[in-house]
Amino acid sequence: MPREDIELILETTSSFREVLERPIKKVPTLQGKTIVNLFFESSTRTRTSFELAERRLSADVVNFSVAGSSVAKGETLKDTARNIEAMKVDMVVIRHPAAGAPHFLSRVLDAVIINAGDGAHEHPTQALLDMYSLREKFGRIEGLRVGIVGDLSHSRVALSNIFGLKTMGALVSVCGPATLIPRGIEKLGVTVYHDLDKMICNVDALNVLRIQFERHGEALFPSVREYHLRYGVTRERLDKAGHAVTILHPGPINRDVELSADVADSEHSLILQQVLNGVAVRMAVLFLLGTAHHESGS
Amino acid sequence: MKIKAKIIDQNGFARTLARLAHEILERNKGAESIGLIGIRTRGEHLARRLAKKIAEIEHKEVHVGYLDITLYRDDLRHRLDQPELKGTDIRFDVTGKDLVLIDDVLYTGRTVRAALDELMDLGRPTSIQLAVMVDRGHRELPIKADFVGKNIPTSTGEEVRVLVEEVDGEDAVVIVEGED
Repeated sequence: MPREDIELILETTSSFREVLERPIKKVPTLQGKTIVNLFFESSTRTRTSFELAERRLSADVVNFSVAGSSVAKGETLKDTARNIEAMKVDMVVIRHPAAGAPHFLSRVLDAVIINAGDGAHEHPTQALLDMYSLREKFGRIEGLRVGIVGDLSHSRVALSNIFGLKTMGALVSVCGPATLIPRGIEKLGVTVYHDLDKMICNVDALNVLRIQFERHGEALFPSVREYHLRYGVTRERLDKAGHAVTILHPGPINRDVELSADVADSEHSLILQQVLNGVAVRMAVLFLLGTAHHESGS
Repeated sequence: MKIKAKIIDQNGFARTLARLAHEILERNKGAESIGLIGIRTRGEHLARRLAKKIAEIEHKEVHVGYLDITLYRDDLRHRLDQPELKGTDIRFDVTGKDLVLIDDVLYTGRTVRAALDELMDLGRPTSIQLAVMVDRGHRELPIKADFVGKNIPTSTGEEVRVLVEEVDGEDAVVIVEGED
């Protein structure tokens, strides 16, 4: 995604933040448009956030949830796509365990497709809301030092964040045990640390990723306790940095695993701000795609 | 842009704004309860000017806010270009206020319809009045302005432009050749 597009979305998001402060938090913009939330993977927060954004734009919303493991990917997705086509919907928000599924859908459907997370690949709206939250806090993204810590190999949030932040001129570093850092990640232009204390000294903000136990086939680190000791973000660690470090987390938090409870609730945490901005960012994306006249997009 | 005629020049513009400010104050018996709402883009500048004028006359600041009606338009589905959102910025409580909606040109009335809907979502004003620099006729909705700078009867093939210094480098009202 080019820089101008990211900037347009972030600018538009500010307008929707204003809408969310109103007594009536609803605008008639997407009246008469039908949006399907197609979730092949369980997700409470992203789906709720999208649904709220859709309803606040006055769109008609249909939720289509499929229990994860029972879906055979290729065939069924195509079939589902055909069904959706027949229902005459305007936009599809898709979450799928397979990387590239949204891209596939955008080729077979006329409707506008929005990626709400595909496998360990990308989660664009999460990265956008992270960037919006950072910009709101610091007034800029250019030159900002952002660290991403935790389970990078299973994280679509990480990849989208790296792409977005680099495009916007931030300095990005990553940290985690070798088993959770994809090989060759430094080719994306990020600094790799294996010592969290060292990284904390060199960042303004820390995006703490969730340990995705459900995606780990085997043990990738000795124990939860050991992970917390080495890579958990704690008050003690942050105090040692000598400067305030802003904390982000895409949620849901494993308290006292990747992030200690007191840090999650501290004044440096943007976590609840991220949730609010998430609705505004999604409204911005839906507005921009829903009112543009083009054949298809992703 | 090919200008066919200049209807109001710099000096006339200032006089018209001054008259509108007086009329608004007369109708509302002072500036006490007033809130000026400029519709973006040009109405925004007109609102700011009127507020300044009113402050000069009454020695009292009035509330000013700006409305972006993009999200309330009825033609979003038919337009070809990507609408640009500048955002609504009203930092006072509209409930209980006598709002004066300000726009440059009153034409079909659809913009005003959208603005009314948006204002109602922001609270419950005591009244809403409408002030425009130019009323060019051709209404498609039952909407009428309370304060008019100038009535300019036009054909649909013509276009009336209100130019403001902040955007266009000069204050004027001109008739231009229609682009469609």
